[in-house]
Order: sequence, then C-alpha cells, then structure tokens
Amino acid sequence: MKELSFTARLRTPRTDEATAAAAQTPPPRSGGIPHSLRGFIWLYSWRQQVGVLFLILISQPFLYYSLDLPKTIINIITKWQPHDFDIGVATFHLNHLNYLWVLCGLYLLLVLINGAFKYVINVYKGRMGERMLRRLRYELYVRLLRFPIGHFKKVSPGEIIPMITSEVEPLGGFIGDFFALPAFQGGTLLTIVLFLFIQDPVLGLAAISLYPIQGYVIPKLQRKVNQLGKARVRTVRRVADRVSETTYGVAEIHANDSARYQLTSFASLLGVIYEIRYEIYQRKFFVKFLNNTLNALTPFFFFSIGGYLVIRGQLSAGALVAVLSAYKDLAGPWKELLDYYQNFQDTKIKYEQVVEQFRPEHMLDEKLMLEEPPVIPHIKGEFALSGVTLVEEDHARVVDGVSATIPLDRSVAIVGAGGSGKHELALLLARLLMPTAGRIGINGSDLSTLPIAVVGRRIGYAGATPYLFTQSLGENLLAAIKQRPLRDPQYEPLRAKTRAIQLREARLAGNIAYDIEADWIDYEAAGVKDRQKLTERVVEVLHRVDLDQDVYLLGLRGRLDPKKRADAAAALLQGRKAFRERLAAEGLAHLVEPFDADRYNTNATLAENLLFGMPIGPAFDTAELSTNTYVLAVLNQVGLTEQLVEGGIQVARTMVEIFADGGASEEFVEQFSFISAEELPVYQTLLGRLGKAGAPTLAREDRARLLALPFRLVVARHRLGLIDEALQARIVEARKVFAASLPPVLAGSIEFLAEDRYNSVATIQDNLLFGRLAYGEANAETRLAAVIAEVIDALDLRATVIEAGLDFNVGPGGSRLSQAQRQKLVIARALLKRPDVMIVDEATSAIDGPAQAKLIQGIKQELEGRGLIWSLHRAVLARQFKEAFVMRDGRLVEQGAVTDLDRPDKELGKLIASE
Amino acid sequence: MSIHEEVDMLRRIPLFGQIEPAKLKLIAFTSERVAFDAGTTLFHQGDAANAAYIIVEGKAEVVVEGPGGPVTVAVLGANEFFGEMGILGDVPRTATIVAQSRLVTLRISKDLFLRLIKEFPAMAVSMLRVMASRLEATNRQLRTEHAELERLRSQSA
Repeated sequence: MKELSFTARLRTPRTDEATAAAAQTPPPRSGGIPHSLRGFIWLYSWRQQVGVLFLILISQPFLYYSLDLPKTIINIITKWQPHDFDIGVATFHLNHLNYLWVLCGLYLLLVLINGAFKYVINVYKGRMGERMLRRLRYELYVRLLRFPIGHFKKVSPGEIIPMITSEVEPLGGFIGDFFALPAFQGGTLLTIVLFLFIQDPVLGLAAISLYPIQGYVIPKLQRKVNQLGKARVRTVRRVADRVSETTYGVAEIHANDSARYQLTSFASLLGVIYEIRYEIYQRKFFVKFLNNTLNALTPFFFFSIGGYLVIRGQLSAGALVAVLSAYKDLAGPWKELLDYYQNFQDTKIKYEQVVEQFRPEHMLDEKLMLEEPPVIPHIKGEFALSGVTLVEEDHARVVDGVSATIPLDRSVAIVGAGGSGKHELALLLARLLMPTAGRIGINGSDLSTLPIAVVGRRIGYAGATPYLFTQSLGENLLAAIKQRPLRDPQYEPLRAKTRAIQLREARLAGNIAYDIEADWIDYEAAGVKDRQKLTERVVEVLHRVDLDQDVYLLGLRGRLDPKKRADAAAALLQGRKAFRERLAAEGLAHLVEPFDADRYNTNATLAENLLFGMPIGPAFDTAELSTNTYVLAVLNQVGLTEQLVEGGIQVARTMVEIFADGGASEEFVEQFSFISAEELPVYQTLLGRLGKAGAPTLAREDRARLLALPFRLVVARHRLGLIDEALQARIVEARKVFAASLPPVLAGSIEFLAEDRYNSVATIQDNLLFGRLAYGEANAETRLAAVIAEVIDALDLRATVIEAGLDFNVGPGGSRLSQAQRQKLVIARALLKRPDVMIVDEATSAIDGPAQAKLIQGIKQELEGRGLIWSLHRAVLARQFKEAFVMRDGRLVEQGAVTDLDRPDKELGKLIASE
Repeated sequence: MSIHEEVDMLRRIPLFGQIEPAKLKLIAFTSERVAFDAGTTLFHQGDAANAAYIIVEGKAEVVVEGPGGPVTVAVLGANEFFGEMGILGDVPRTATIVAQSRLVTLRISKDLFLRLIKEFPAMAVSMLRVMASRLEATNRQLRTEHAELERLRSQSA
C-alpha cells in the first residue's frame, strides 16, 4: 500500500491508480444508537468501564494504607520500642529518628502514588467520556444524513443544531463516572454499613432504617423532575428554533412591523422556560432538603437507642462513639450517590430526548449511503417506470401510478402546471425520493436498490432552489467529483505521525477515518488527467452554463498567490505593462493615475500615499492609522505632524461650517459629509476646546482624531485645497522614510507597491491597473473594463482570472451570489461529473428568457447522446426538447414527440397556449 | 481646482448668485466633478433626468431631435447651468447634450438638488427668481418671433 501511494505521488495522479490508503478501508458501519443511555454506554464502552473499575480497585490498598499510616506515625512518636526490622532477607536496626524519617518518606510516597492514581483514573475517564461523546455526535450526524428528504420539511435546523451540539455535551462528563462512581461510593457505603453492623446489629439497623423511605420517596419525587426536564429540553429547542427563524426572516418581521408580536411571543416562551426551571429548582432542593433532614434524623436513633444500650450496659461507650463517627463517614458517599442518581436521570432524559428525534421512519439505508462498489456501472438505456406512486404524509398522491419509458439518449421535457407532480417525478428519477409504490427500473435493476455511489456519480441533478455550502465557488463546483480520498496527502514525518494518531482516534470513536487533507478529486470522473486540465474543463463548463463572465468578474476582484502561481503572477505583470500601453494607444491614459514611488497619487487617500503598500492584518488598518505609533514616529521624523494636525483642524472647520452651522439635517450630513453625523458634534466641541491655545495643547486622542481627517482626503475628489504640491512632496518623502525604517516586526504587516512586482494583497484588477481610477471621468469604469478584457484575452489570461474567481467565497448558503448565478453553478457542478443522465428540476427559473434558451441549448450540446430530463417551469420551453411527458394531478396524461404534441388539441399545446 | 475656486465660479452663475457663501461651499463640496471627453454624450433627449450640470470648462452642444434630424440649437460654455428643468419638472430630457471639447462639469444629482431646495428654502426662492426671469426672456423672444412671423406672413400675402 505504501509503495503504491509513493509511486502515485511521483507520477501525474490518475484515478485508475487511486491509491489513498485511507480509501481502501471502508467507512465503519455504525453500530446504531440504542434507545437507552445505559444501553449506549454498555455497548460502546464496557471494556473501558471495566478498566476504570479495575484501576479504582488496585488504587484502594494504597489509599487505605495512606489513611492508616498516620496512626502508626503518631504511635511511634509517642511510644517508642526499639526493635529490629526483619524483612525476610535482612535485618535492619533503626533508631527512633531514622524510623520516623522512613515512615514520613513512605507517607510522602503514598501521597504521590495516590495522586498519580487519581490523575490517571481521571484522564482515563475523561478520554472515555470524550470518545463516547464524539461517537454519539458522529452517529447523530450519520443519521441526519440518512433522514428521508421529506423529513426535513418537518424538522427545523434550529431544533436539530442544539441536539447535536449543546444537548449531548453533558454526556461526556457523565459517561466516565457511569459505573465507577456507584461502584466505588456504593462499595464504601456497604463497607461502612457492614462495620456498623459488626459493632452492633441494632445500631446498624438504626443507621439504615430511613434508607427504605428515602429509596421510595426520592425516585417518586425525581420522576416529576424528570418530566419537567423533558419539557425544559423541548422548550429550549423551540427557543433555538425561534432564534434561527428570526435570523432568516428578519426582513419579513420588519416589513410587517411585527417586532412587537415577535418579542412578545419570544418573551412568553422564555416565561415558560422560567416556570419550568423554577419548579425544577424547587423540587430538586426539596429532594435535597428531605434527604438532609432524614440523614440528620438518624443520629436521633443512635442517641436514643445507643444511649439506652450503653446505660443498660449492653454496649460500650467507645463503641457508640465509633458508630457515630462511622455514621458521619456514611454521609459523604450517600450524598455522592444521590447526586449521581439525579445526574443520571438528567443525562438520561437528554439522551433519550435527542435519540428519539433521530429515528424518523424510512431512513436511508446506511449501506446504500456509504457502500463503495468495486465498479460503478454506467446508467444506460431507459428509465422504465411502472406504477410509480408517491404518497405524502397527508395521504395526497402527488405522483399517481405513472408508467412510462423514459429514453436516456435524448432530451426529454416533463411539463405540467404547478402541483402536477412534475417536480416530485424529477426527484424520484434522481432517487432523491423513493416511490411509495411501483418501481423505476434501470439497467435491469430497481433504481431504489442502487447505492448512492452509483446514483450520485451517474445521475446529475439540479434543483430550482439550490443550496451552496459556505466555501469557495470552486469547492462548491468540485463537490461533484469529490466522493472519497484518492491520493494520500504528503506529510512531513512529524506531521504524518500526528495525523496517524488523529485518524486512529477517529476510528476508536467509531468515526469515519478518512483524511480530509487527502486529494479527493476524481479527475477521471471529470474526464481529465490532472489539475491543470481540470481547470480548463471547469472554465469550459462555466462557459456552457453562461457563468464564465460572472466568475471572470469575481476573479478580477479576487487575489492570486504569486508564490503558488508564479507563472500567472509573471503573466499578470506583463499584463500591467500591456494595459498601460493599450490605454495610451487608445487615448485613455487619463483614466488611470498610475502608482509611482516618487510621485503623490492625487486619486488615492493621503494615508494610502503614505503607506504606498497594501496593509496585511490590523496593524496598518486605515481606520486606526492615526493612532499607530510607528506612523506617528515617521511623521515626527519628517516633521509633518503639526502640519497634518493643522490640516485636520481646517477640514473639521470646513465640515462644521458647511454641515453643522448651516443646519443641514442628519440625513443630509450622513449622505454628503466627510465626517459622519455622529462624529460631527464631537469635532464641533473639539474645535471649541481648541480655542486660541492651538493644537499642541490638545490631548493625545484629540490630536489623533484630527490627524485622522487629512488621512482620509483624496486630493482629486475632496478639492479642499489642503494638500498642495509642497505637502505632496513631503508626504512622498515620508513614504520613503516609512519604508526604509520599517521595523522587522511590522515587515509582515504591509506589502509595498512596486512597479515590477506582483502584489499578493491587491486584487488582480488592481495589479493590472497599478494605479487609481481617475476621479470624475465619465464612464471610466466601463471603458477601463473593456481595455482590461482586451489585455486579458490578448495575454491569454482569462482562465487564470476565472481560476482566481473560483476562490470567491459564496457566503452562507451561497448568499453572495444571485439566485440565477446559484442555479447556473449547480447545473455546472452536475455537468462537471459527466453524468449519464442529467435531471434538471425547474433549475433555470431565476434566469431571464433569452439567457434561458441559450442555457438550454448549451446543456443539450454538452449532453449530446446522453440522457437529459428537464422538468420545466414553463411549458413553452418544451419546444426545445425532443420528447415531452405531460403531468396533471400526479398522473401522466400525455407523452410523445414534442412535434406531435405541440398542437392546439393536445395537452401540451393547451398548456403552452395558456401561458 | 479647489473648492474655493468652485465657490467663486458658482457665485458668477446667476442661478446661485443670491445664495450665501456657506451654502455655495456646501454645493461645491457635495456636487461631483465629472469630466467628459470630446464627443461624449452626457445624456440623450428622452432620457430620464437624474442630474443637473454646471460647466467648469469646455463647451457643450445642445442638440434637439427635429423632424429633419438632429439640430444643434445652442452651444453652452463655462459657468453655464443646464439640466435643472428635467429635475424640477420631473420630465424627460428635452435635448441631447454632447461635449464639443473636453468638458469638465460639476454634476449635481437630482437627489442632492431636490434636497438642497428642501433644506434651504432661500436657495429655492433665488432659483425661482432666476427661472422666472429665464421664462420671461423666453416669452419675450417668443413675442418677437411671433411678431416677425406675422410680419413675414402679411408680406407674403
């Protein structure tokens, strides 16, 4: 295995050599989650539980001896009998003091041994608990993936999330103590009780006389607490659900002015929780109170019965004292046991409440989900549907006895009104739903028995409301060809060792033990041989779905790491030059003011001119620049500070004059002023404070505040006439000092601009521009975009830019892309894996008319000779397809060639006419 | 050109002549400086009006689409103000404006213009005054033209 993966590393990776060691081991079959907490703990940790017990057992003699030793030490201090020590092989003679030292040393040793035992046992218990917690969470997540798709209509993420995260959390701590605590404390309790009985059976009986009452009453009381606990868990889930709903629907709340209603309903939910929790507290403490009282009652029996026996001479006073002190020791373990009992009940409820939610009916077979057949067969021929029926929970037959043969070598449209069952039929064909009755035959077998490994790689599916994961656009695309790790990652020896331990740990907790850092990309599935070809293919697919221009634009605003892509960075540097030349040739040079190390850029802010570089991280964040000690030091060094502070005063005066004194409304200030409406009064009072004394007397933060103003000025834009040419020259001077004396600690906080170097912090577009857009030139951006596009195409850099665009993070759920972009992306993703059948489920609804027709054409070309089944949101689009299947009320009412069906007397013709 | 020069320029424009300097500074600061290359169309006749312009330097042609094709009806120069009718009347542009040479303008967006009028009624009054006198001039011209037309008619008859 090791050999193989090594050769794979040497050669260009190819999928037929798929060699990742991890991929060879199939993911573990989950052992399931038992209904009861006890069952879960026993099933997965009985060995470790026994281990803990064993450790506790062997630690006991040391503990006992360490308790016993002080007595001996006191004895030899007070009563000393010189004698020889015979240890079998030799005889020692020790004097009084030496003997004391030996015993004290022994005591110290025992203390250390006991401490070590405690430490080891605690760590062992902790690790066991954490593994069990990890296993439980993993199992719950596995089940989440196996939920039937329809089930997600009934559960909300707000309820599911706390179950897997916070609700199961206390389990980890409890599981470690599950057996050990009752065994240990119970053992102690029994020993003490036994001791009491040996001292005197009657007193022993007295000591435990109230236990039956406690044993009867406390669980009864606890039962009510348990019920309340369940109610509490349910209500907290509702709160979580409400919070998550609010984050999604906050726009609706404000659009309808329903904040008050929402607040009230939230408050009443909190009220319910309060009441439950308060009652739990009352009951819990009542149990404690009862218990304490009963415990305190027992000595009453000792005093009365014991006293009676002593007076009657049937018991020695010493024995009574011993019994009393032993009874005191009884309280500790008893309390521990009681706490354990309550804790157990609490955890048990949480476990049961969670597990219960993860047992919906008709869960996907785990084998279907994770099985990896040795060969993934192609899907060919036709879908043979016989009596396919889908019944929803409310007994509605959304798909009703559909029998048909759907060919997989041409374009097929499924047409129908909303609610006709076309959407569900598409889901059934993509095997995202399973038919309630009937059968979909493919390749001679039942579609519902095929593992997802076959369905998910051979059938492409794109739905109308696609969900994208919060990662880069490229990663979202490649998800279609990342099914399992194919090539082991290359680690340095030390890292390899840590990774091996991490994977072993995953296996011990019953988790899937694949390496997330392995190369998962299945190049063969995309029909390419390496990463570079894959990029080309991605660009091609993006072009097919008409998304390449969008990604190109994102790429221009994206970044490129010149260390990883030295060639691309060099090419872009070429582009910088070509762009400048092109601009001059077209007479557009005045649209960009280039960066020049020796010139002040009038279209950049003063701060940008000073730094002459791109800040990395917070050190030179522009908002905080006026408080940056290094910046201030540089300004002091070139003697610019006072002038800039004075400049700040002038800016503040002008703004106050224009906006504050003129009585402009807050709204107006917010839109047009250089200083926000919030800050304006601050500056107003600052100017007042300034009075005649002048800037040097101002407090440090006031000076920083003033300094911040000229820092934000752009000469070409703000036209305040503050930064004249003399000052510009001084700032260029300061710029040089800034770069020359930058301390090494700050070297990583800025990447300076250089004509001949690609700047990794700046966007690709800014690297090409290497300057600032001239302010106030009409349509500058559009005109420049055209020139940039020309240069990019001339240097053949389009693919590079698109590749940078693939790094664009799409935001939660893809929220940073438009709905149309999302739909296109999902189609592109499905096309990338070259499916045998592509099922498109109204997935172009957000794309406008002409673009839509173009897109359908593109996809048809891409899938020439393979299956394309398209559930259409508009019947008229069916004209672009060969065959049509018309659905109505869940039934298939018409099928055939589109040319035959597109007539006024046919269903398809009527549907088209009615649009 | 700094804001102070712009204020001086604004003061020379009759429309703004009556407005106090602080307000002129406000207009200068909040308006946008936009430059157009020769031959660029600022807006077309029939477009929705979204800004008024003051020419800082350069010349602009006012072109009206007539039945016989486009006709240049006027050439505007420095310090001249145009485009305010469309904003105030909320009507489409009545003419096309093309930069004759390189043209530098101060662009006052519709939003800003309306807001200025709303926030500073004194400004609105002085603007009204100027527009009324413009209208009066137009009327006067119309009267002369009308008289001229009558004269020509009676001659031909």
